Order: sequence, then structure tokens, then C-alpha cells
Amino acid sequence: MQRMALSFPEEVLEHVFSFIRSERDRNVISLVCKSWYEIERWCRWRVFIGNCYAVSPMMVIKRFPEVRSISLKGKPHFADFNLVPEGWGGFVCPWIGAIAKAYPWLEEIRLKRMVITDESLELIARSFKNFKVLVLSSCEGFSTDGLAAIAANCRNLRELDLRESEVDDRNGHWLSHFPDSYTSLVSLNISCLGSEVSLSALERLIGRCPNLQTLRLNRAVPLDRLANLLARTPQLIEFGTGAYSSEIRPEVFSKLSGALSGCKQLRSLSGFWDVLPSYLPAIYPICSRLTSLNLSYATIQSLDLIKLVSQCHNLQRLWVLDYIEDAGLDALAVSCKDLRELRVFPSDPFALEPNVTLTEHGLVSVSEGCPKLQSVLYFCRQMSNAALITIARNRPNMTRFRLCIIEPRTPDYLTLQPLDAGFGAVVEYCKDLRRLSLSGLLTDRVFEYIGTYGKKLEMLSVAFAGDSDLGLHHILSGCDNLRKLEIRDCPFGDKALLANAAKLETMRSLWMSSCLVSYGACKLLGHKMPRLNVEVIDERGPPDSRPESCPVEKLYIYRTIAGPRLDMPDFVWTMEDDSEFRIS
Amino acid sequence: MTLGLLGGGGGDNGGSSGATPNESSVSNAKVLGQECSSSYKGEAELELGLGLSLGGGGGGKAKPSSAWDRVSTVGGSVSGTKRAADSVSHEAGSPTAGSQVVGWPPIRAYRMNSLINQAKAQRAEEDKSGGDKNNPDDVSVTKTGAVNKTEKNHLGFVKVNMDGVRIGRKVDLNSHSSYENLAQTLEDMFFMPAKSTGCEKEPGMKLSKLLDETSEFVLTYEDKEGDWMLVGDVPWRMFLSSVRRLRIMRTSEANGLAPRYQEKNERLRIKPI
Repeated sequence: MQRMALSFPEEVLEHVFSFIRSERDRNVISLVCKSWYEIERWCRWRVFIGNCYAVSPMMVIKRFPEVRSISLKGKPHFADFNLVPEGWGGFVCPWIGAIAKAYPWLEEIRLKRMVITDESLELIARSFKNFKVLVLSSCEGFSTDGLAAIAANCRNLRELDLRESEVDDRNGHWLSHFPDSYTSLVSLNISCLGSEVSLSALERLIGRCPNLQTLRLNRAVPLDRLANLLARTPQLIEFGTGAYSSEIRPEVFSKLSGALSGCKQLRSLSGFWDVLPSYLPAIYPICSRLTSLNLSYATIQSLDLIKLVSQCHNLQRLWVLDYIEDAGLDALAVSCKDLRELRVFPSDPFALEPNVTLTEHGLVSVSEGCPKLQSVLYFCRQMSNAALITIARNRPNMTRFRLCIIEPRTPDYLTLQPLDAGFGAVVEYCKDLRRLSLSGLLTDRVFEYIGTYGKKLEMLSVAFAGDSDLGLHHILSGCDNLRKLEIRDCPFGDKALLANAAKLETMRSLWMSSCLVSYGACKLLGHKMPRLNVEVIDERGPPDSRPESCPVEKLYIYRTIAGPRLDMPDFVWTMEDDSEFRIS
Repeated sequence: MTLGLLGGGGGDNGGSSGATPNESSVSNAKVLGQECSSSYKGEAELELGLGLSLGGGGGGKAKPSSAWDRVSTVGGSVSGTKRAADSVSHEAGSPTAGSQVVGWPPIRAYRMNSLINQAKAQRAEEDKSGGDKNNPDDVSVTKTGAVNKTEKNHLGFVKVNMDGVRIGRKVDLNSHSSYENLAQTLEDMFFMPAKSTGCEKEPGMKLSKLLDETSEFVLTYEDKEGDWMLVGDVPWRMFLSSVRRLRIMRTSEANGLAPRYQEKNERLRIKPI
């Protein structure tokens, strides 16, 4: 094998490798033999690091000297729901410092759930002459001053996407820092910002950027200015409005409608805060072109939603509030045969009684009517095994299924049984299922089904479910492709975890909060598994001050080759490899 | 000083008592007793061993018996430990459980805040126009839009830090209606003794009224201009629109701040922290 590998000149192999884009394939190539490892590492341009603590910046730089694009993820997914305390980590500063020196030709930085400061943004702006893409997804720690530095200095910037980040929004002046000579903008997403940006600066900016494809505005941009903006960028493909309401003025309406129709490539709409239903018909003329519609902030009622979606015959993705109701989902099932992804969010998650008629019927309808449906996120208040079984049988091509029955431990409302059989059917029939989130009343039995059938499952989210360690054992021993497991409020303890310790090294991470894992078990795991970081998060104070049998509040375990991290706050303890007790 | 047990420190659903979030964990009483005698398939079927002793592969079937005994002992004692003082409390059964469990339902904070802000805006608009959105004289829609423009998208949750406490918290201002309300929540967050877990006891700090001049701590906030002010001087709504973050400061350090009832224009400002 080695002889064969060496018989190709390196340049040829490199050329062949350049057609291999996916990270996983690249990783596999690098394992074939030493020379392939060497060749591959010199021509790897794109690095994806799913857990920023799994590896150190120096290790990445040492192995891949020619990186042009880096993606990093920080906090665990449950940080989205306030389960990870402030200051936990995910600080990108050391990474930026290292790559600023090592990769002067870096073009792209994509971060998710990380903490990035203005200083880091300024360093990025100064260090990378060819910088093109900055995506900050659910990040925090920076202000609009940092954005100003990016705008002012990155001459070749193509993409600035702040999706869902928490920005210290001082004012809208930062946008005006893009120089007049700057024309390369392709994608701008500022939908998370609160302040007004200067509209004339925005108009001038997009007017001089002929390649602009994506523009997602923030709520502060008024409706009556949209027409002017759109008129300057008729090649737009994706558009996010600001607040979608205004005094009722016929000329505003007609101008808007005309401007939208003038964007012949427009395929995706979002925004729609504060919707005034009378302005919805402005988008009717373009509905049949739309493939993606995000109405998840639009508080419009079912009838208006039905009128809208019934015209979107090419819709592939719909995000909507549960105001759509079962009736609206019936209409969706009839009109949108190309639908691939549906997300239904709750309009009033804390209401004691349902405020809308959205039940399992709506989801069943869509599963029947939309043959390409493969990705579902659905919040509702009632579910039955029968419905889940029907959905599973209808859609064996489902790849992502996340169901959230709002009240924890809700049983099948028809039979009052656990929903084990229903979710069992989902994993059994949907053989390509990669992501699953459970809810409702569930016993260990559902985990047996998941362990038996969920062979392609990569990410599993569990809450308020199970009876005993057997549940966790089924998951860890059965799901061959599991990468991320997150569990909250389940009676899973030490046994299953310790028995399946080796499994944890094959996964990216495991999160367990409000479960029954003892401090002693954490120490044991940390002691025995040097390639795992076993982090205990406990705001009650040092775990040493309590008996070893006491369960920890939260536990985050991840594989790493970088050893324990050094930037932990006071309430996080890493279980050491060598010593029994950590000296704090 | 250690903090009370209030569940996920990153967020707080603004529950007035803050009492239940931690009890949400493992409130399933039957589990604690049943851990070793699951009615569902005997654990004899489960070949648990200390998989640590295996080099690779998942599952782990090696079973050095002494190690297994040690594991099961740990497991046994865990099952006997009560996490909540009253392990029989089933918060899940109560209809308000959903609103008091931290991070449940799993909706991201920015989405929640957006819904809340829009609901407020709609209510304000309906109040103004008497429910008629199509009134041409009614500029409340755009006016409401203007109000929203000054609100930050994360207005719902603002950070709170307390002198001497490393761990910051977040509080949802939208779910509070008054200063009293807010002060009560903050006192619960920072001054309540820990919920007794059976594992350890916490000495509670003496309750201090944050809005009371004579107490050990005062509540301050940073406004949009970056200045630190005493909380309580301006009308609640005005406070909401200008507050960026909160700080519970020792009274002794708050010397630069004006006495509570001084005229607004004479108000002294202390250096931003």
C-alpha cells in the first residue's frame, strides 16, 4: 500500500484531495498512511472544530499550516436554554491570538456559542488582509464597536452574519464605517441588533454592492423604507424585513409590493416582527417563488397564515408560530408538496391552557401530505402514540425529529400511557434518523427502542424521562453513531455511565444536569479516562465539601487531546487524571 | 460565601419565589426507591461491568467483581440520597410547572424576549387605539415601533452582579412589574439560604432590603450612557427602557451615588465600573 501511495507524485495526490471537501472524508484520508497524512495536512484549507476545548490552537496550527477557514463551537447546546451559567467558557480570545499570527491569509471565521470580545474583533480586522467571512452564531461578549472595526478594515469582506448573537448594541453608527470604496458585500445579517442603523448609510452600502445576495435587517428598520432598499438590490436572494407594520398608506403598500416583485431571484423571507396583516398581501405576488419562509416572529392568525402559505407552492422550509393551528397545517399539507423542514414554535409557552388549536393532528397532516418532509421541530401540548406511529410510517425519510410537548411527563392523552411506543416507532421506521429530541412521559422502554433501532442517531436530547440507569445504558451501548447526548432531569446515575465509559471517547460530548451522577463517579471517570475532560458544574460550592455520594448539579464530559482546560470559572471543576482531589 | 441553589445560573424565568427550579430536578420520587429493583427487566440481564478496564469498544463487559461491587455501592448510596428536601414534591404535576422550570420549554432566550416584546407592543397599541389597528389617525403602531427601537433585543434578561460574588446571574425584567417585585427576586437570588439538599447546609445571609437605605447593600444599575445610578429614582417604565445591567453594591462603596431622594438634575454619577 505504501509503495502504491508513493508512486503518485505528491502534487497529483494533492490535486485529487482538493476534490474532497467534507471534513469527515478528509479525516479518513489522513488515516490511510503516513504520507497521505502529510500530504493532506498541507492542503487542508478548512478546519471544523466541534468543541473548542477538544484541541488546542497550537495543535491545530502545527498540524494544518495552510488553513483559510476555521469553524469553532464553544458552549454546550443547552446553553441556549440558560442551563449553562454565565462565565462557563467558550472564550475565543486565545484562538484568535494564535491564528492571527499563524494564518495571515485566513479568510473565514465561523463561531457558534462562543464568547468574543471587541479586542478580538479588532485583532481580526487588523490581522487578516484577505478576510472574507465572519459568522457569529449565538455568540456574545462583543459590542458594535468591534463591528465598526470589522467594517472599517476588512476590505474584502463578503459575509457578516450575526445570527442570534447577544451584542452590546451601543448605537447604529458602526455600519457607517464601511468605506465608500467597499463594494464586496454578499451577505449581511444584523437581525439580532436592537439599535437603528443609519438608513441612508445602509441604502448607500447596499446600492454599491452589486453581489449582495442576503440581507437580513433588524426590527428597527421601518417598513416604509424597505421599498427603497429593495430597489437598490434587485438581485437579492434572501431578505429579512424589519418591523412589518406601518401606518396604513396605500403608496407604502404598492411601493413595497412592487419592490418585492422586482427582486426576481428572491427565494427566502424572514423578519416580520410586529406584523400588520393588511400588509401581508404585499408579498403575495412572490409567494410562488419562495422556498424558505421564516414567520416565527409573526403574530398573525391562522386565517392570514393560510392565505399566505396556500400560495407558496415551492416552499421547502417553513418556520412559524403555533398560531397556524391544525387548520393551517392542513392547508400546508395540501399546498406545499415540496416541504422539507417544518418548525412550529409556541406563541405562549407558559399559558396554562392551550391558546390555540394546535395538536398532533397538524403534524400528522403534514407528514401525510408532504412526501419530502425530513426535518421537524414541533412544540405542542398533546400527543398520542397513535399519531407518532402514523407520522413515523408516513415519513421513513425523516432525519431530524424534535418534539416538545410543553408540559414535562405528559402521557399519551388518549390512553394515558407513556409515549414509548410512539417514539419507538419513530426510531424504528426512520432508519436515517440523525437527530432526535424526546418529550412527554417516557420509561426506560423508549431507550431500549432507541438503542436497538437508532443506529444512525448522532444527537439525542432527553428531558424528564426514564426510570433507571438502564435507560442510559441502552443509549450508550446501542447507538453506534452517537456524537452528542444531552440529558436533563432524568434518574440516571453512576452505573450506566461508568459501565459505558469507553463509549464516551467515541462521542463529542455528554451533558447531564439534574440527574443522579455522584461526585465520586465523576472523580472515578476523570481518573480513569485521561482523554476525557470530566467537568462538574456546581454552584453550591466545591464538590469536595459534600459527601462523594452526593449528586452533582451538572456534568459535562467531552473527549479532548488538549488536557484539562485552564479558563474555568469558580463553579467548574475538572476531575483530574492523576490526583484524587483537586486543590482549589 | 456560596450561593443558594437556584438551578441554571445563566437564566431565571423571573419566577417570583425562585423556589422551585431546583426541585424540578429528580422530583420523580419513585425513582429513588426503585433504582435497584426496576420492575422493568431485572438488572441481572444487564451485564454491567466497569468498562473502564477495556481498551476500546463501547459497552464494556469486563467484570472484575470487586470493581463492580464498588460501582454498585456508589449507585446504591446515590439512590438513597435525597436531592430535594421533600422528594415527594412532584412539581411536574402542577399546572404552573412549565413556567418555573429553568430552561423549559427549550426556547432560546432571544425568541422568548422577542415574543414578550411584541406582546407588550401589541398591548400598548391596543390600549392606545382601543383595539382598532386600522385607525389612520393612530400613530401608535409606528410609535410603538419607535419604543421598540430603543429596547435592546435582549431587554428581557439583564445581567446582575453582586459585590463579593463571582457568579453573575441574569434576571428577566419583563416578568417584573415594579421595583419591589424586582428587589424581591434579587433578594431571593442572592440572599436566600441554599435549599437543603441533604448533602450540605448553608448559612443564610441575613435578608437585606435592597431598596432600603439603611441596609448593607444597595441596588444600582448602568444606564444606556454607561453611568451607574441608584435603582428606584425614576418611574419603572423609564428604568426599563434605559437599564443595561444591574449591580448589587455594598452601601459603603456607593458613596458617590446621590442620596435616594435628591433631585434628578443634582444627581451625582459615579464612575462606570
